Amino acid sequence: MPEMQLSVKHLLGIRDLTPQDIKIILDTAVQFKDVLQRRIKKVPSLQDITVVNLFYENSTRTRISFELAEKRLSADIINFSASASSVTKGETLLDTVNNILSMKVDMVVMRHSATGAPHFLAKHIPAAIINAGDGINEHPTQALLDAFSIREKFGTLEGKKIAIIGDIMHSRVALSNIYLLKKMGAEVMVAGPPTLIPKYLKEAFDVQVEYNLKKALQWCDVANVLRIQLERQNQVLFSSLREYSLAYGINKALLDSLDKEIVIMHPGPINRGVELDSDAADSRQSIILQQVENGVAVRMAALYLLAGGREVNN
Amino acid sequence: MKTLLNEQQIEIIIKRLGHQVLENHVDLKDTVLIGIQPRGIFVSDQLVRELRSLLPGQQVNYGKLDITFFRDDIAKGIHIPNHTEIPFSIENKNVVLIDDVLYTGRTIRAAMDALNSFGRPAKVELCILIDRRFSRQLPIQPDYVGRAIDSIVSQKVKVYWKERDNRQEVVLLEH
Repeated sequence: MPEMQLSVKHLLGIRDLTPQDIKIILDTAVQFKDVLQRRIKKVPSLQDITVVNLFYENSTRTRISFELAEKRLSADIINFSASASSVTKGETLLDTVNNILSMKVDMVVMRHSATGAPHFLAKHIPAAIINAGDGINEHPTQALLDAFSIREKFGTLEGKKIAIIGDIMHSRVALSNIYLLKKMGAEVMVAGPPTLIPKYLKEAFDVQVEYNLKKALQWCDVANVLRIQLERQNQVLFSSLREYSLAYGINKALLDSLDKEIVIMHPGPINRGVELDSDAADSRQSIILQQVENGVAVRMAALYLLAGGREVNN
Repeated sequence: MKTLLNEQQIEIIIKRLGHQVLENHVDLKDTVLIGIQPRGIFVSDQLVRELRSLLPGQQVNYGKLDITFFRDDIAKGIHIPNHTEIPFSIENKNVVLIDDVLYTGRTIRAAMDALNSFGRPAKVELCILIDRRFSRQLPIQPDYVGRAIDSIVSQKVKVYWKERDNRQEVVLLEH
């Protein structure tokens, strides 16, 4: 049977992956999605693996999704959230992780508010690390599940037009998506208020920039709508949520005014009535709940592929 | 390299296996056939074609099972998963598992685990094109055997299929 191997030992960001890596992860996720439709939605693949979910930042969807993926793979799990731990007593990241690792943990899934935290860990500990979001840098499994959902809908990513709309500046989802979509041959546009789109983006990533929402929607096949990240706004980049919503909020009337039917995605949690109105979020064009469903399969694929072959690697 | 079976022999053997399965299961009413991905499918496709021609107008339930996620050697390396397709219930059914070569028995062990995700069969049988005798690592034996051969660990049995390789034969390779 043909063997395969990712080119990386950790999943720190889409930036480090080859198009082949991305294809292997998405193809494997297709088979895991099939497993999740069975009567027994569990496989024994990771029954000899212990995973720690290290969440230094709040999360609902991602944490539950990872936890479910790990359970479906029969891994043993330790859940750690910083707010209920010795971190509040001043323990350093490396100390915390080394203490956990001394209890024989094989993989670390980590979310941290500091950009580069998982990269730092990867240099210092032997366990495989999956980045579940680091600061404003990357959120690779979100980009993978977004890509999976687009591929499932259209059959391919190549040549598809994806508009990423909203707070590009503070969004790790946006950055991971841009890396991934460009690697897989999709066309990418970012849209939003000029204050929320980094100036260098166009040159650095060869993406289109659009400040007019309707033009962006008219151009794209898929609109990936981002959350306005109130917790990361340390300066005033737009005057009010109401003003943002008037200029960049998407509702059903706006979607109906386009001369084609586009697909609406959102990584969640939605600020209903701000970036997305309920009539659009819950419409037939939205695949937001499919994204959540696909998230488990994609995370199973990432965990499975990183856990495999470790005896050879070590 | 030594040819163990040529194209015609493979065809005759698969016809015989079809008859043997029918001998035990009569009209296949409570029996389903499941090929093991990826290589068992070449055998099961032909076997099921044979059974369908022997039972015209009769429903023959045929599925494909991928065992990748049930392997016991994931720590040693990752294998490409294939599609599983079992569009019927196996609860209380007789299941005939079909694969090309039976060697260590580990694939069949994984297949039996994988089957449990789809229900509890009344009985599971094993149909094999080539049985490499005396090389089992688990207590697993086939119920239907195309050809039993004696081989040593350093040898390799390779099956070529018309659909994929443009020729159909079973060869023994020395390494």
